Amino acid sequence: MAKATGSSKRVERPLSPHLQIYRIQMTSVSSILTRITGHALMAGVILGVWWLLAAAVSEPYFAVANAVMTSWFGKLVMTGSLWAVWYHYLAGLRHVLFDARLGLEIKTAEMLGWVCILGSVGLTVLTIVIV
Amino acid sequence: MQYMTDRKRAAGAGAAHTGTLQHWFMTVSGVALAVMLPVWLYLFGAAIGGTRDQVVAAFANPFTAILTALVLVVSMRHFAKGSAVMVEDYAHGTARKAGLIFVSSLAAVIATTGLYALIRIAL
Repeated sequence: MAKATGSSKRVERPLSPHLQIYRIQMTSVSSILTRITGHALMAGVILGVWWLLAAAVSEPYFAVANAVMTSWFGKLVMTGSLWAVWYHYLAGLRHVLFDARLGLEIKTAEMLGWVCILGSVGLTVLTIVIV
Repeated sequence: MQYMTDRKRAAGAGAAHTGTLQHWFMTVSGVALAVMLPVWLYLFGAAIGGTRDQVVAAFANPFTAILTALVLVVSMRHFAKGSAVMVEDYAHGTARKAGLIFVSSLAAVIATTGLYALIRIAL
């Protein structure tokens, strides 16, 4: 921790290394993926809300939105969103564990990263099978 | 001998303003979503691909309507707060202000549109 010197001279502090300098690791990749999936999910949310709005408004409007929703593009967005939501879900639960001071050892944290990635793929397949 | 308390030594040493509140909000909303999502994903997924009558009937169900409204509101607040942190990480000055206003507004527009659709279907 920095000590207050009382002088007006600015202390030369070391700069934090930039993201590009770090070696890619499971802990960093799984963290970055959490942010990416959280934002990418907006594509699915926007498509879903638009589809629901169209269903509420009229038959012709629903025909348009439903055509997009059930097209290859809509299926791609929805399947991608499904994986993103499960990844974000598991990664979020991991943060709850971290907050309880569990799983912070490097080996365990890296293992939990793999749990998020492989688990989200598994849950995506499981959801598609069930629904 | 040091008479200064830990708090006094930490005061002014770094950013610790509303970060704890933000983090706690993300925990509360995240856990709420974790409870609701498995059921909601099933209901939403099952409704995709149906005719308009089937979709309307699915979301007119009180349980589905209330759950969808909750998921919409909580997830959009969760998004707005989470996305704001990303804006604060990467943008500065006017771009930061514009970005913060944009993500907050986007979340509000989506949540309100979804609620409008739900009310029109369910009532």
